[in-house]
Amino acid sequence: MGFLLETLFGGLMVGMLYSLIALGFVLIYKASGVFNFAQGAMVLFAALAMARFYEWLPKLLGFDNMLLANVLAFAGAVLVMIGIAWLIERLVLRHLVNQEHITLLMATLGITYFLEGFGQTLFGSDIYKIDVGMPKDPILAFERLFEGGVLINKEDLYAAVIAAVLVALLALFFQKTATGRALRAVADDHQAAQSIGIPLGRIWIIVWAVAGFVALVAGVIWGSKLGVQFSLSLVALKALPVVILGGLTSVPGAIIGGLIIGVGEKLSEIYIGPKLGGGIEIWFAYVLALLFLLVRPQGLFGEKIIDRV
Amino acid sequence: MLYRENGQFKTSYRSDQQIFPILQDRISIGLLLAAAFVLVPLLSSNYLLTAIFIPFVILSLAALGLNILVGYCGQISLGTGAFMAVGAYAAYNFQVRIEGMPLIASLLLGGLFSTAVGVLFGIPSLRIKGLYLAVATLAAQFFVDWACLRLKWVTNDSSSGSVSVAGLNVLGMPIESPAQKYLFALIFLALFALLAKNLVRSAIGREWMAIRDMDVAAAVIGIRPVYAKLTAFAVSSFIVGVAGGLWGFVHLGSWEPAAFNIDRSFQLLFMVIIGGLGSIMGSFFGAAFIVVLPIVLDALPYWFGVPIDTAIASHLTFMIFGALIVFFLIVEPHGIARLWSTAKEKLRLWPFPH
Repeated sequence: MGFLLETLFGGLMVGMLYSLIALGFVLIYKASGVFNFAQGAMVLFAALAMARFYEWLPKLLGFDNMLLANVLAFAGAVLVMIGIAWLIERLVLRHLVNQEHITLLMATLGITYFLEGFGQTLFGSDIYKIDVGMPKDPILAFERLFEGGVLINKEDLYAAVIAAVLVALLALFFQKTATGRALRAVADDHQAAQSIGIPLGRIWIIVWAVAGFVALVAGVIWGSKLGVQFSLSLVALKALPVVILGGLTSVPGAIIGGLIIGVGEKLSEIYIGPKLGGGIEIWFAYVLALLFLLVRPQGLFGEKIIDRV
Repeated sequence: MLYRENGQFKTSYRSDQQIFPILQDRISIGLLLAAAFVLVPLLSSNYLLTAIFIPFVILSLAALGLNILVGYCGQISLGTGAFMAVGAYAAYNFQVRIEGMPLIASLLLGGLFSTAVGVLFGIPSLRIKGLYLAVATLAAQFFVDWACLRLKWVTNDSSSGSVSVAGLNVLGMPIESPAQKYLFALIFLALFALLAKNLVRSAIGREWMAIRDMDVAAAVIGIRPVYAKLTAFAVSSFIVGVAGGLWGFVHLGSWEPAAFNIDRSFQLLFMVIIGGLGSIMGSFFGAAFIVVLPIVLDALPYWFGVPIDTAIASHLTFMIFGALIVFFLIVEPHGIARLWSTAKEKLRLWPFPH
């Protein structure tokens, strides 16, 4: 029982991290109808920027304070991601308005290649580390309930809390601010939004910048767990089943989808994996999402797809 | 002046329905085929054949297969690499486990195996559409990757999933030199291109296009979506599977699952989109572009005599590749095939446009 709970907790926390990346996909899809394959590359780029600024800034400005360096590096990385968002809108999206979904998808794949190459040319391609001072030691919980208690990784717990806070902030931003309202209007209907005077271009920059910010947070958390390296851009592939499971257009869907995939992955790894020869977590999430989709083709919380002739 | 159809009257249904109704098209296709079959193997060096022509021919075949699914039937697939892998590994198993199995038979059987897997993973397309389907096809990609690595009987008990074939021959003729390999692959390509061209202008091809343009409307006018979508998946994955077999047997010789990973799927999708969705010709243009571009980008520093660190060079290649793809999509979202048909339209009026 304790072991099962431990697995469940582990799954939930990994799932929270997946949903953090999935969130980036959903934000951009909602506002601009672009399925942004470059989200993984953005995570890598942001994490690289953060890791390198953390090294460079103290040397450049001559101070020696970990907290200050982290804050400055984070701020710098945010600026970089805003710059990237602006460039993407200016150079790519603006020219591809009204193109088909698949063309836009391919364009973001092009952006992926570009960002991966650019990031590594600019910031180097070794393995860097991000240390934001998250505690690494595990804690024991429920010791009174079970024998041996339940081992929880503190780092995962913090990451999950950060992810939850971020999601809450985003929800507030979307629901309560004027910009958020404009974003939702654009998501609903581009033309109608434009006709009442919402500047489409600026909205897109904002959305991509917010997605860049989410990518940065994901990059910092994943980067401090795994180290900042090229493989970081592959975590996006982990988040894809989360996105379609939860529904492409739903923020809560990304969270719940992430939790389902995280738990399912961990449980399958332990209870089904050994029977099939191991390593099944690569495809299990996808097959799980596929089975869900067979029942609900638009994902758990996605908008119902209505075909009209 | 050179390219116009004045005076070419069609006096029978037969001549009205032929593949290339314009005389100049027939002549130029004939010349092109002659050049591909005779001039290229005679004139090009072994390096040119192995580095450019053989990959180009085999990947065009795969792109052709993918174009049927994505371009003609409108079902986005990100699992093409997986279907190539199925074709290659199935052909390998037929070749190794059955004594005296003819090469062509095992390649075609590999294609049939790939068809079965393709249809299986095509079934969700009846319910799942668009981007959801695209992501769902990744399930095929990752599952097949995993199966080739972990299931021992797929790779005939090789430990790392890498397999190799040697001593290829067809009807007693060895297929060893690059020129022989090239011709072998080219025969497949020519036959399948003819087949595909005829398929897409037949009844089934029209059904695919109707499904692509709007599947609900197509169903309303009496096209069975199940039949149309699954045949598209079947034909596409058959061609892709044969291409996978050729890629493994003829181009690589020995390969491991990584040869057919997700990057291969993306590469093929790039070919189809840059070449032109829904165009047989476009598959060739796209394959040529994507095969040649990285080679040129790699060679550029040497041509200009600028020594660049290899790591930085590979990152720069990534950047330029990505930027060029975005550039192409912006300039011509309908692919190189559209440029081609525009050029043809212009040529008809040349040199006296209105």
